[in-house]
Amino acid sequence: MLEKLFPNVDWAILLQETLTTLYMTGISVVATFILGIILGLLLFLTGKGNIWENRPVHLIIGAFVNIFRSIPFIILIVLLIPFTKAIVDTMIGPKAALPALIVGAAPFYARMVEIALREIDKGVIEAARSMGARVTTIIWKVLIPESLPALVSGITVTAIALVGYTAMAGVVGAGGLGNLAYLDGFQRSRNDVTFAATVVVLIIVFIIQFIGDAITSKLDKR
Amino acid sequence: MISLSNVSKIYKSKLKGSQPVKAVQNIDLDVDKGEIFGIIGYSGAGKSTLIRMLNGLEAPTDGSISVAGREMSKIRGSELRKARQEISMIFQHFNLLWSRTVRENIAFPLEIAGVSREQRLNRVDELIKLVGLEGREDAYPSQLSGGQKQRVGIARALANNPKVLLCDEATSALDPQTTDSILDLLQDINERLGLTIVLITHEMHVIRKICHRVAVMEGGQVVELGKVLDVFKHPEKPITKRFVQQITEPEETKDTISHLAAEFGQGMVIQLSFAGDDAEKPVITHLIRHFDVEVNILQGKISPTQNGSYGTLFIHMLGDEAEVSRAMAYLNESKIGIEVIENA
Repeated sequence: MLEKLFPNVDWAILLQETLTTLYMTGISVVATFILGIILGLLLFLTGKGNIWENRPVHLIIGAFVNIFRSIPFIILIVLLIPFTKAIVDTMIGPKAALPALIVGAAPFYARMVEIALREIDKGVIEAARSMGARVTTIIWKVLIPESLPALVSGITVTAIALVGYTAMAGVVGAGGLGNLAYLDGFQRSRNDVTFAATVVVLIIVFIIQFIGDAITSKLDKR
Repeated sequence: MISLSNVSKIYKSKLKGSQPVKAVQNIDLDVDKGEIFGIIGYSGAGKSTLIRMLNGLEAPTDGSISVAGREMSKIRGSELRKARQEISMIFQHFNLLWSRTVRENIAFPLEIAGVSREQRLNRVDELIKLVGLEGREDAYPSQLSGGQKQRVGIARALANNPKVLLCDEATSALDPQTTDSILDLLQDINERLGLTIVLITHEMHVIRKICHRVAVMEGGQVVELGKVLDVFKHPEKPITKRFVQQITEPEETKDTISHLAAEFGQGMVIQLSFAGDDAEKPVITHLIRHFDVEVNILQGKISPTQNGSYGTLFIHMLGDEAEVSRAMAYLNESKIGIEVIENA
């Protein structure tokens, strides 16, 4: 049955490329989560009327975030070639895609983090200050826990965008399902390979969305 | 316990050409240990700014503030954080962490103070009993009513055994019955723990029910200050009179009285006010026994305060002129306040 529908698909290769995609997505999601939260916190805390209000720092981080968020990903990969070479010492393979993936996604996520933090009731932060909390306590025990559902749904959206980015990275040599669909499928006119790769990507996206939604609703006690 | 001298707070406006806003101007105030001190004013009077300066959430532009032996305007960093653990605050909108249960919310200030886990659990159980929240320890704030949320807020504020409790419109978001139960709790805590309480409100009811002394604020200044009963007896400023009327004259009183007076067509309508021990004197009995006048009671109310009761009584008096003026002379001699509302 499967042999008939997908005559050109090599299942072992499909599995291997799926794992490559999952590897690139997984590592970049974790790094984006951490980096995005740090950047988002800085954006929030240096903003107007906040604990570390500092206009120059806020503007610089804001500009950095806006610039890297605006560059189309396919161009960002090319632009970051020297940077990637300096860090991972190669231009080919899944590892080479990581710097571009993270630099592309972290600013995007940082904005979402900032928005999530702004949604927190100002009164709660004031209450923590009135109890004599230090800023690190406020970050770990108020800001992050109180915005956690929004942080998780934000990283879910970002993770799905990252699956798309890995496909683009695949086209320029990183491997993975995007590479499979484009080189092995499209360029060799094997539509069944393209289709199989697409189905796997869709399954990955649905699973990410499902897990993200489940965690968000479990965390939200409002 | 708290001492303010010549405190001002001025906000510079960023709009060009606009005047700086004087939120608080030249305030001198002393609050004694164990006292419940009320600050009343309409919104924009500067009372929120004032109470926030007491725990250093706002810094004064001028003047000095000392709370529990610390100069609040001069300290910062770790000393300020230490001071804040002794000056707790409860809020109009409770400001609980929704991500934490009742127990975890109450434990939060203990975590900040670095109390060990075991001691935290013991202390939280004590506090839950103190505020009457047994059985709701593991509920999240979203599962509680407004009154229960404020109880959590109070328990949280008491966790580190503070010396001063600041209440920022703590009952303004609650219905009248819940307000009373929260006020009873605050009074109970004040008596049992000897805690000094400063509260701000726009409701005279709150002042009447639990405060020992009151300061009336208008336009950033304290315009009147004194024992609650004295302020009820002799309100000086128009704004104070309006606040006192919140208690003594429910809104429809004036209409009712003038309507009745018009129906009588003759005699006079008098408002009597009693304060302290006078409130319990049988003035009306004396009036009808010794003078040949008819007395009709239109409306009356006695409001207990922390320093004694305050009562008002509206009567309609009818009789021939000589008797009425003799009766009036008697009333004038007794220590009660009288005011002729209508004289037909």
